[in-house]
Order: sequence, then structure tokens, then C-alpha cells
Amino acid sequence: MTHSPTTPGVVASRLDAATLADNFSDLHPPLDAHEAHVASDRCYFCYDAPCMEACPTSIDIPLFIRQIMTGTPEAAAKTILDQNILGGMCARVCPTENLCEEVCVRETAEGEPVQIGRLQRFATDTLMWKNEHPFTRAEPTGKRVAVVGAGPAGLACAHRLAMKGHDVVIHDARKKAGGLNEFGIASYKSVEDFAAREVEWLMGIGGIEMKLDSALGTTVHLDGLAEEFDAVFLGIGLGDTNKLGIEGEELDGVSDAVDFIETLRQTEDLSTLPIGRRVVVIGGGMTAVDAAVQSKLLGAEEVNLVYRRGQTQMPASKYEQDLAASKGVKIIPHAAPQKIIGDGSVEAVEFAYTDASAKPTGETFTLVADQVFKAIGQALGDTHGLEMEGRKVSVTETGRTNRPGVWAGGDCASGGDDLTVTAVAEGRDAAEDIHATLMG
Amino acid sequence: MADLTTDFIGIKSPNPFWLASAPPTDKEYNVRRAFEAGWGGVVWKTLGEDGPPVVNVSGPRYGAIYGADRRLLGLNNIELITDRPLQTNLDEIKRVKADYPDRAVVVSLMVPLEEDAWRKILDRVGETGADGVELNFGCPHGMAERGMGSAVGQVPEYVGQIAEWVKKHSDLPCIVKLTPNITDITKPAQAAKEGGADAVSMINTINSITSVNLDEMCPEPMIDGKGTHGGYCGPAVKPIAMNMIAEVARNEHTAGIPISAIGGISTWRDAAEFMALGAGNAQVCTAAMTYGFKIVQEMISGMSQWMDEKGYEKTSDFIGMATPKVTDWQHLNLDYVTKAEINQDLCISCGRCFAACEDTSHQAIAMSDDRVFTVKDDECVACNLCVNVCPVDDCITMRTLKPGEVDERTGMTIPAEDDKRTWLEHPNNPDGDPLACISRGQ
Repeated sequence: MTHSPTTPGVVASRLDAATLADNFSDLHPPLDAHEAHVASDRCYFCYDAPCMEACPTSIDIPLFIRQIMTGTPEAAAKTILDQNILGGMCARVCPTENLCEEVCVRETAEGEPVQIGRLQRFATDTLMWKNEHPFTRAEPTGKRVAVVGAGPAGLACAHRLAMKGHDVVIHDARKKAGGLNEFGIASYKSVEDFAAREVEWLMGIGGIEMKLDSALGTTVHLDGLAEEFDAVFLGIGLGDTNKLGIEGEELDGVSDAVDFIETLRQTEDLSTLPIGRRVVVIGGGMTAVDAAVQSKLLGAEEVNLVYRRGQTQMPASKYEQDLAASKGVKIIPHAAPQKIIGDGSVEAVEFAYTDASAKPTGETFTLVADQVFKAIGQALGDTHGLEMEGRKVSVTETGRTNRPGVWAGGDCASGGDDLTVTAVAEGRDAAEDIHATLMG
Repeated sequence: MADLTTDFIGIKSPNPFWLASAPPTDKEYNVRRAFEAGWGGVVWKTLGEDGPPVVNVSGPRYGAIYGADRRLLGLNNIELITDRPLQTNLDEIKRVKADYPDRAVVVSLMVPLEEDAWRKILDRVGETGADGVELNFGCPHGMAERGMGSAVGQVPEYVGQIAEWVKKHSDLPCIVKLTPNITDITKPAQAAKEGGADAVSMINTINSITSVNLDEMCPEPMIDGKGTHGGYCGPAVKPIAMNMIAEVARNEHTAGIPISAIGGISTWRDAAEFMALGAGNAQVCTAAMTYGFKIVQEMISGMSQWMDEKGYEKTSDFIGMATPKVTDWQHLNLDYVTKAEINQDLCISCGRCFAACEDTSHQAIAMSDDRVFTVKDDECVACNLCVNVCPVDDCITMRTLKPGEVDERTGMTIPAEDDKRTWLEHPNNPDGDPLACISRGQ
């Protein structure tokens, strides 16, 4: 350790290696077999279970929990993966507190839901650690489908198509597959390179060719893909970030939170990653929380997360907010950035307090900062000639765009929350529709 | 403060909680610890006749049934009677009794079906100062293959014969321990009574296989690739034991014989239930084997508190109070109608009542789109299954219809209190014949 949390500026190695390792270890350690058995026994096997309704991928949760309870976690994993091929990652990153666990009747009864997320992880880990791929491909159909984007939506779509007997080629702009699972999620939610291992496991179905470093609009084009393939699925996410549009945004030390998270995820040795002494994160979503918490975990002395609306309106869940607070992040609601102050590098950010409708009240305050992360949303960028709904590609319930033969899903498409699990559901459902369409 | 002392066939103990004849009472060390912990008495693990000691298996002796979190619900065992020399046990019994004169020390015995064998061992036990003997006619495994244990208990004539020998050759109070592995428990109980036994204790363990190892394809506990049936005990057997005790307590030939209750007693409440059905005291084994001797403290404090709350000053105030309410089906009031009621404030909308009723019962629960569950009084037969499967205490209860109310299912108006009909008065049984169904079939 060469520096400390109070070292001025943006420097690496504020914490010793052991502390860093501890800070970035599994947020929720996996359940062992006995813990899983006890946790599974709490499930009431509800009729027409509310948790199942709340799951965007409609996993049969009571069934998989009963399968764990009776000593067959592999069968439980199959139940999960039937509906959600990225059930392993979803078990780690799903905001279960807002989905299945929120509506668990034991939450109603005791304020303590069945640990559905952790049980799902127990089941999927059990199967995946055996390196077994539980699905096989149907007879070849001779049809070929292009999937653009190797994130949750694209992977789910590709897997389902491959299972149906179609040949799939995935194009992804980056050098690694996984999309936001690989680049956009806090480290402590996906330790031990899980995202990459899950992609490798998923590819075990066969029939999927992965073309990396192959971006839509540069390496490949929608017209070309539409011509070459029988169908195209776009799961390209949101490649652009929104700008603050205020003075000082170009100063050194000001960057997008998504880039910070991505860099952090791809950094082998976290003691080499510089972080500010005083960090300001602007935004109120999961990305903002992930950036703020990880800044703190890297050793920043002071991290302020500033959101222009009230705390109850923050897109990040209460659970995420509490997590941030517990790690020492200060959440400042009702404040909007006015200008970023600095000479070459950022030195401070001036904020205006806002009222209930997020309008500045005229009162201002200034936070000293040597690093600022912007997390005020992402945008699609190039629309590839497709009809839009708001800022996203307009799609039907099964992911059809206005262009025949082209489907889209995940964050780039309209409808649904920007969640991994939602992207999986959309990719899967689009694949079913593509299959039905191709097979007439 | 309630008085927990009991006088069971002249054997006094400071509380009704005895350790049953089993591994916990196999030797001086354990029994001293038990008495220090507060147990009112022990039945010393069964002694056999003098000679080369019994040989036990040295592989697993127990098999188990678990509930959630490995909570032990049922245990079975293939352990035989004591495998220590007779004289060693007798010396220890004598020492312990001398040091704990206020506790009950009863000695369990099992020797072959020969008068002389019984006479000999009774002479030896008589020298220890023990308070009584318990005749082990119950163990269903191992010793039964040698004509002892349940092999005796299953033949009422043998039971009566040995009880007679014991009373002839000993002045000690004699308890006959019955096996549940029999069709009618009152028959050996009656034989014991007629043979002169002072009391019966029940139940011994139930013949059982607790699990099958699906890798080895062998019942467990597994001894070098083979298994055998063992004696089942623990909380799982309590309902069976309670029924058998109630049958003996109310049968015309056996009513009045003192009963020492055994069978899954784990808490003060279990003991109180058995005693309410007519047992004079309560013997415990599996609960002690699961949690250690300290549980007796909860049993003592729990029964004391409950007795104080109910105004019972001594155990005899409530022993047998429930016995008169155990009856035959034919005497149940068929005009008694209840309906399930769901407390919507307590309901957590799990839908288990709905699944149970819709799939397996009478389709008497309605489910709305927003998961509100309500009882259809015109379909509810009051089977109670919804109550049993509901995970929330007191969420579903049964409401008793009052005289004058109409049962929406049958259209029947509930008759006045003094106008109840049992099967014997029911119009479908015009002759009032308790065997109506049977005679119709003949």
C-alpha cells in the first residue's frame, strides 16, 4: 500500500491488497448444501405462486425450490434454465427484492422472504460447476440467424435458436462476449470471472458462432445481415451515454460511470486502478450506485451520490441504496449539477438544490471532488434505420421491429425494465417468434 | 406453585419425568448425570440373564427421519439389551439408588420364558434397593428372534404368565412394557393386569425401516451391506402411542390399570397430553438422546407453569381428565356443523388452502384474481384440511354453527343442544344399529 484514502488526487493503491480482495469478494457468498436445504424448506410451494408471476422470465420458483429440498439441485437448475438460460447470472444480479422476493408470501408473513436468488444460484452453480450443459439441439433446420450483441438478450436469443436447430452467428463489438454481464455489473456481484464462464457454458449447446470485435454499423451492417441471414436479432444495448450539458464536463477526472465500471471489471489487479480521494457520482440508478460503492471499496475517502429527485424516486432499489449507505456512500437527493469547476482537472462540482419537481430552488452548494462519475442514463445512438419508440427501437411483444426479418430485445428495445432478466426474457421470446416465423 | 411429585404404583418421584429404558440409562455415569439434571426417575436399560453378555453390532445402530434443518422426527434402533455384565449393572444400580433415594429407579428385565430365569434375576435385582421392575415385552428387533421382547408381548398368555411369575417371586412393583406391534393393545394389557402386574408402560418401539440407501440398495442402518428392521421411536410415534394409551385407559377390561406413558414425549406439553389421557407419568428417551438431559428443566418449568395457570395443584388433578372424552365414532354428534373461516388480516395469500381444497377435497375455497381466498359455506364439509395445511397460526379456524343456523351445504337447521343425533339416532340408521353398515353388507 503506497497511498491511503486521504492521499490527495486520483491515485491507485489506496488500500492494501487484502482489504481490496475482501472488499471485492462475493457480495452474497453462495449457500452450502445444508444452508440451501434449510432455506428451501421455508418455501410454502404456493398455489399459482406470486414469485413466479413477478419473475420476468416466469421461472417455476416453487418447483425448483422443492427440487433443491429433495436433493436434486441439478433438476432445479434445469427448471430455472428452461425459462432463463442466464439463470446463473440473474441469481447474482437480479434485484430480487423488487421482483420475486418482494412478493414472497413469507415476506408478507414475516418480513423475511425465501432466499430465492441465493437458492437459484445454489442450483445453477451446482449444475454449471459440473460443466454439464443440460440442453441438446433439435434436428438442423438449415436456417441461419444473425444475433447482434453478445449481452443477455443476444445470448438468450442465440441459445434458444440453437436449441431449435437453427445455426446462429453472434456479432459483438467488443473483444469479449457477455455485454453488461461482463462489462457493466459491479465486481462483487459477479466474482471469479463468472460472466465469461457462463458464456462459455452457454455456448456448449453448439451451433453458435461468436464473432467478436465485430460492430454493427462498422464491421457489419443491418442490410448485409438481413440479406445474408434468414433473420436478424438486435440485442445491441445502449452504446451511448447521456451528457450533463454543463460547464466543465470535459475536465480531466470527469467520466462516465459505465466506463469506470467497465475498466474496473477488466482490471486484473485492483491496486493498479486509480480512484479519487473525493468522488462525486451524479445519478440515481443502479449504475450510479455500483460506481459509488466501488469507488468507496477502492479506498476513496469520501463518496457522494447526488440525485436530482427525491430518494424514494431513485431508480436504484431501496436495497441498493442501503448497500451504498452501509459501505459509506453519502446519498444527497434533490440536487442537480450546475457546473463542474476546475483548471484542467476537476476540483469541485456546484449543485443547485431542487424542489419536488426537480426544478432548481436557487440555493446552491459545492462539493469538493477530484473525480466525477456521470450516471444519468444511456442512449441508443445509431438507430440503424429502425422505427423508434421514444429513445428505443420500437418492438412488438415478441420483439418484432418495423423491418420484416429483424427482431430486437434487451435495453435497446422498447418495453420492459433495463434488467438482465428482462433482456433474457425478451431474447428468448424473440427467438421463439423467429423460430415460429422461419418454420412457418 | 404446582406440586409435580408423583406416586406411581407406590414408586415416588419428584416429578413425572422418567428416562425410559434405553441407552441413556445403561450405566451409572449417565444415570447420575440424569439425576443431577433433574430427572424424576429412570428405568435402567434392560438387563438379561447372567452369563456371557449380549453382543451388539459395532456398525450404525440408529436410523433417522428428519424434518427441516435436520430436526430429528423419528429414530429407529437395532441395539439389543445391555451388553455389560449383569453384576456390573447391579452394583451400579445399588450405588446410584443409595445416593439418590428420592428418585425412582426401576430396572428393566428381559430373560427367557422360564420361571426359573425370572426367579433368579428377580432375586438379584431385589438386592439392589431398586424401586420396581419393568418387564421388557416390547423390543421388536434382535431379542425377539430369540423368543424374548416383542415375541412375548405379542402373545397375551405369555405376558400374563410372566407377570404371575414376577409377582410370585418378588415384592417389587411390576410394570409390564407393551409392544405396539400388535393389532389390539388391550389384549396384552388385559393379560398383564390379570397376571397381577401393577402397571403397564407403553409403547415400546415400532417395527420399522427408516430409509433405504439407494446407492447400495440396502435398508439403513446398514451393517456390512445388510440391514434389519429396528424399533421406531421419537416424535413421529406420539400419535400412535397416545391412541394405544387411550384405548387401554378406556377399555372395560383394562381401565384403571396404572399406565406409564412412552412414545415420542419431547416437551412438557407432550407429557401433559399423555397424562390427560390417563398416564400416571411420562418416560422419555429420544428427546434426551437428541438434546441431552437438560431438556427436563423445560419439562419441569413448563408443566409447573401450565398447572399453575390451570389451577391444578398436583398431577393427579389432571391425570385422566381427557379419558372420558375418548369415544367411538358412533357416539359423535352428526348434527354438529362447523365451517372454515379465513381471517383476511392474517392471510398471506399463499394459496395452499385453495390447492388442497380444490385438488384434493371439496372445492369449497374460492380464489379471486387478486389472490383473496374465501370459503364457500355451501360446499365446505368442515374437513379441516385447509386449517392443517395453512402455514399461519390461527389464520383459518372452524366456526361452530349455533342451534337454529342453517348449514348452507345440506340445508339442515342446526338442532337444539338437547336434540343431537349420533349415528345411533340418525335417520339413515333407522334401527339405531351400531353395526348398520356391516349388517347391510351381510
